[in-house]
Amino acid sequence: MLRFEHVYKRYPDAGEALTDINFDLSKGEMAFLTGRSGAGKSTLLKLIAMMEQCTRGTIMLDGQNISRISDRKIPYLRRNLGLIFQDYKLLNDRTVFDNVALPLIVSGVNHQEVSRRVRASLDKVSLLGKEKKYPLHLSGGEQQRVGIARAIVNKPKLILADEPTGNLDPGLSAEVMQMFEEFKYNGTSVLIATHDIELINRLGHRVLTLDKGHLIAS
Amino acid sequence: MTKPKTIRKHQQSLKDKLVEKFEAYLLNHAHGLFSSLGRLTRTPFTSAMTILVLAVAISLAGGFYIVVGNIQQLTGNLEASNQMSLFLKDNITDSSGQKLADQLKQHPSSEAVKFITKKQAMEEFKANSGFGEALTALDTNPLPSVIQVQPKNSLDSNADIEKLMAEFKQLPQVDFVQVDMQWIERMQTIMLIASRAVFLVSLLLGFAVTFITGNTIRLELHHRRDEVYISKLVGATLSFIQRPFLYCGFWLGFIAGFCAWLIISIMLLIVESPVEKLSTLYNSAFELQFLGFFEFLALLLLASGLAVLGSWGVLHYQLRQLKPQ
Repeated sequence: MLRFEHVYKRYPDAGEALTDINFDLSKGEMAFLTGRSGAGKSTLLKLIAMMEQCTRGTIMLDGQNISRISDRKIPYLRRNLGLIFQDYKLLNDRTVFDNVALPLIVSGVNHQEVSRRVRASLDKVSLLGKEKKYPLHLSGGEQQRVGIARAIVNKPKLILADEPTGNLDPGLSAEVMQMFEEFKYNGTSVLIATHDIELINRLGHRVLTLDKGHLIAS
Repeated sequence: MTKPKTIRKHQQSLKDKLVEKFEAYLLNHAHGLFSSLGRLTRTPFTSAMTILVLAVAISLAGGFYIVVGNIQQLTGNLEASNQMSLFLKDNITDSSGQKLADQLKQHPSSEAVKFITKKQAMEEFKANSGFGEALTALDTNPLPSVIQVQPKNSLDSNADIEKLMAEFKQLPQVDFVQVDMQWIERMQTIMLIASRAVFLVSLLLGFAVTFITGNTIRLELHHRRDEVYISKLVGATLSFIQRPFLYCGFWLGFIAGFCAWLIISIMLLIVESPVEKLSTLYNSAFELQFLGFFEFLALLLLASGLAVLGSWGVLHYQLRQLKPQ
């Protein structure tokens, strides 16, 4: 599903952020990406989300080489991804329904289908019945679940989560992780960047550890 | 038998899918059109200010245009002609004037000749000037007799005309000679300058409309940059992202164009009755022209077109700069 081959990322002013990264993530696999702050976790996720381009190497996503890609093609490839953020990145002036519907609207899905899939998605994160609420009227845990519903509504092949539990208490974190485990049974690959070691150890999935831009354990 | 059926079924579903996509696309456009209008009403003060500034700029251009149009209507009826008026000396009698006119008819350069006696001139003047009452109070007729000479068309160079003019001036009966063309030409040159000036001012005001809208859209884009980032991250294309902003620019221009039309119409209504009064005083059939239906449409089209152009320019440049972090 996702393959890194000798990937380097160098920033003009900050030097090398990632050095010779090699790994594979298969279909339906769930893995944690960990490391200290500044180890390169965010850079690695940005490369997959096509927010940055790598300096050298090849990144394959679902058979497509995304390391050298034109700006024009990026939107279409991003529709295969579900992105989840620490700060949720919800649109606060739109309802829960509209937030979750956004990925479907941008890909031109018709009205009835949007309605059906948004409901299904909200059902999966147990938020059915809150479609008309605005994000700021929800708790932090609920907002993150809206973010997750938005990430899965387009049936992505890969879910990327950047510190998804960073702002949640341990109880809610466990709940969120539980949801991720369910997605992988549907054949969706999940890559979660976190430094919540306790959570990682408890769930016992594969762990990719970064240190100063090097992948030291996989 | 089953194979063609499945192919047909496949084609059918492909067609359905395309129709569905197209419907979703139209719905998206309709949504963009109306949601951007809704967004403008959510910040009524800011929107009103922008629209007013645009409307003032557009109404200035449109106002100049209609003023020049009206003056051109006034001067447009005056055909450029080389007609000469030979004003006869005061002591020339009607009969000798008529004799001179008959002589001039034989002149190789004259096409048509018309003799106007003092009396005829007075009657014409009484009827058209509006000074009828005052003129009856005069003891003597101060108006001279006139012979109007229409030179042959072959004489169209200024030098020939001037030569003929000099020749007529030598005639002992003639007081002075005037060529109508001269002042018509002057008037038309002034109008040409005025319409060029209106064009240049309109061009500048058009630039103003483009840049004002562009700047408004830039601020709106800045205000909604989170939305742009998030839309980009969930796979929105640039054209999808810029659509509501373009519609927003369209509405600004469209509403401003309509307001400009209102402003121009109100200003014309304010001056209409004094102009009409003046016009009757001069016994003229002049009627104040308002913006016609097609001019109204052109105004709306031009205003919204320029606004969309300004928005597009800004979006084209800025959306590429806005990259999600």
